[in-house]
Amino acid sequence: MMGRYIVKRLIYMVPTLIGMSIIAFLIIQLPPGDYLTSMIARMTESGENVDPAQVARLREIYGLDDPVLIQYWKWISGILLRGDFGHSFEWNRPVSDLIWERMGSTLAISLASLLFVWAVALPIGIYSAVRRHSFGDYAFTFLGFLGLAIPNFILALTLMYVTYRYLGQSVGGLYSPQYVEAPWSWGKFVDLLSHLWIPIIVIGTSGTAALIRILRANLTDELNKPYVVTAKAKGLPEYKVVLKYPVRIALNPFVSAIGWVLPELISGVTITAIVLNLPTAGPLLLRALVSQDMYLAGSFILLMGVLTLIGMLVSDLLLALLDPRIRFT
Amino acid sequence: MGIGGMVAKLKADVADTGEPLLEVKDLSIDFHLRTHILHAVRNVSFALERGRTLCLVGESGSGKSVTARALLGIVDRQGRIAGGRILLHGDEGEVDIAQMTERSSELLRIRGGRIGLVFQEPMSSLSPVHTIGSQIIEALRLHRRLDARAARAETVELLRQVEIRDPETMVDRYTFEFSGGMRQRAMIAMALACDPDILIADEPTTALDVTTQAEILDLIKRLQVSRGMAMLLITHDMGVVAEVADDVAVMRYGRIVETGSVDDVFHAAQHPYTSSLLSSTVRLEQPRADIRDRAEALGEPVLSVRSLTKVYGAVSGWFGKSGPALTAVDDASFDLHAGENLGIVGESGSGKTTLGRLILRTVEPTSGSITYRRKDGTSDDVLALSKAGLKDYHRQVRLVFQDPFASLNPRMTVKQIVGDPLVVAGTLRGAALEHRVGELLDLVGIDPRSMERYPHAFSGGQRQRIGIARALALDPSVLIADEATAALDVSIRAQILDLLLDIQKRLGLSFIFISHDISVVRYFCDHVAVMHRGRIVEMGTAEEIVNNPREPYTQSLISAVPNPDPRNKRMLHRTRFKS
Repeated sequence: MMGRYIVKRLIYMVPTLIGMSIIAFLIIQLPPGDYLTSMIARMTESGENVDPAQVARLREIYGLDDPVLIQYWKWISGILLRGDFGHSFEWNRPVSDLIWERMGSTLAISLASLLFVWAVALPIGIYSAVRRHSFGDYAFTFLGFLGLAIPNFILALTLMYVTYRYLGQSVGGLYSPQYVEAPWSWGKFVDLLSHLWIPIIVIGTSGTAALIRILRANLTDELNKPYVVTAKAKGLPEYKVVLKYPVRIALNPFVSAIGWVLPELISGVTITAIVLNLPTAGPLLLRALVSQDMYLAGSFILLMGVLTLIGMLVSDLLLALLDPRIRFT
Repeated sequence: MGIGGMVAKLKADVADTGEPLLEVKDLSIDFHLRTHILHAVRNVSFALERGRTLCLVGESGSGKSVTARALLGIVDRQGRIAGGRILLHGDEGEVDIAQMTERSSELLRIRGGRIGLVFQEPMSSLSPVHTIGSQIIEALRLHRRLDARAARAETVELLRQVEIRDPETMVDRYTFEFSGGMRQRAMIAMALACDPDILIADEPTTALDVTTQAEILDLIKRLQVSRGMAMLLITHDMGVVAEVADDVAVMRYGRIVETGSVDDVFHAAQHPYTSSLLSSTVRLEQPRADIRDRAEALGEPVLSVRSLTKVYGAVSGWFGKSGPALTAVDDASFDLHAGENLGIVGESGSGKTTLGRLILRTVEPTSGSITYRRKDGTSDDVLALSKAGLKDYHRQVRLVFQDPFASLNPRMTVKQIVGDPLVVAGTLRGAALEHRVGELLDLVGIDPRSMERYPHAFSGGQRQRIGIARALALDPSVLIADEATAALDVSIRAQILDLLLDIQKRLGLSFIFISHDISVVRYFCDHVAVMHRGRIVEMGTAEEIVNNPREPYTQSLISAVPNPDPRNKRMLHRTRFKS
């Protein structure tokens, strides 16, 4: 039953992926010019001489004068057949190296933020729904809206200031300078933790606020359902009634959150990452787009799409595990 | 020994003890709403005795469910027990449930342990994401020291007692795999799991079909007698009261206006409200208010339906597999004459609603024909109509909906709602439109001056009148009423039925009246078609169907209708249909 469902979902993903690769490629082709024109512009600006013959040679090497379809085919067949994402013009390195370098830290920060979001939103959401219109509910609601309303970069700057001024930590990045190139050790791990909490809080705040509101609204509806009275009439204590029945059903949006939180965490936190100088994918993508480093940018966009799809799949599978009504229909 | 005999014997056994199990004394419950305090229950007193059934009767909003839940100490967030005592007698003397707090362990022991609760919504009163078994096992393990294996065995045994087929398999199923009647049985099994002294059943059969209702009431009654429980049955249906109750308490506006033995209440009612409740109860034996001249109804039929069939799911899917075909309506044929009322009765899933939609062509029939004859003698083949033709047809044949709360747009005024069909048709505007809306509202007994108000300002019965006015706006010749009175209280229901009959007399309408309630159909209709599993199994005049049904299915259906007369119980001696 479940196996067939997964296979079906995977098959459905194929056309979506093809469409996404086309769109990713078109997006990076959209701006006028290409990497070479922007390079020439930069070189002339700084007064360097540009040799037209060399430019023509470069164009030929990179195939920039080929029709769009052939360029697309070269790119996608390289990825599919050889795992070759192409060559970054700007960094003069294979794109895959650059991406894997950044993806590790990006995923780590994203997952940590997701866990933070869940850990904070779940208890607060339940409390707010069960003790609706109480002082605690209002206080959390206020904090939640504050979190939604404050732009991430302001929060990042504030936290950086606080840690620098009062905790005397090095600002920005994931490691203190002395650990950046050092091999893994206990000290490096502790150092990582002491840096990691700032991005996690900054990135997680708005997601937390949103999830608290969703959980509160859902749970409020569920609390009035007849099956809650049934559970009470059985003689279950109140906290067990709430946790076992309505919360279980109100959890659905939590799980579906993976689908949208994951890509948002990876791409949507670019500004935060720049402010905090994090070695994640966001700033790299921005650079690649600005300098029209097309293979790098295209690969990033494609990967982001794949991650979204995977996130959706994971959340759908978890939902099916959680809710038999989805499993059987 | 029949049920009656067992009841009589048990009554003889316990009659002398005289000690009530539970006494409610002067109970008052207030609801603190945003603007005012609502006294939902006021000075209510009654007692429950072992082996006897007390029926609490009242219309919606009378406070009967609030009272019942208070017996378990379950009161809504805004609610407070303002006064009175709920005394539960037991081996260790008496305890007052009204004084217990939500967290007291004593209260938790009583809930489910000494008092079991079964209530109305069989669809939503069990958790959809847990198996039936796990929910019953939970109740067992809470109150009885059983290990997991013993609890499971006990659960299977309980499911067997409530006559669920194949309990070993069903115990691991989810609620959505159960039918409404089966869920209610599982609910009863859960309530009875820990052998409570008292069973509270809050409208346990309201959402069920008549035959299922009869089986469930039978089951509850039998289990009550065999376990010697006291039962508090809450219902709005006088028929159910007459069939099941020993004693009756009638509630209105939070007060008990009359109590007495079932025979006294039905045959010597003291309070005028009780009498009006009884007189507005539509009885199966009661013929139509006006028996008309049959000859008048003859002539060319307005609507002729021939061999109408709808098959669902025969289309092949994406991967070439074809789902099992379901024949929702199978070869239905009938004629509807001008000024005639045709009733379509059947249980849920019998295809009666689909038939109504097929006639309107909101669902496309698979095969068959529908012929509609206009007043000027021309006739149309409905299934061949173009889009414009269908639009015109929908002006002639209109629908009255079941749910008076969901079928009116809460953001439109009554004037907009009733005038909407006229605006869509483009026939009237401005002052003429307003005049017409006023006329229509007057026709259905709503003050035309209130046309600027929004639907929330009206009660359920008034909303249904507004819905009827909207259906009448374009001078239709046929109205299809799908369970148009099912959501209404008995007294309101009688008023709406009389209103429809009155309008029919004045406007010469024909009705197709779709209902699960045979008494209402009998009261309202000239001809009745009985549907079962998509087929019209029997058709005839209302008298024939009720007094002299030929088909075994119709017989079982008629005999399962509760009779609102305790001296003449019908349901418990019903004939059963085996298919």
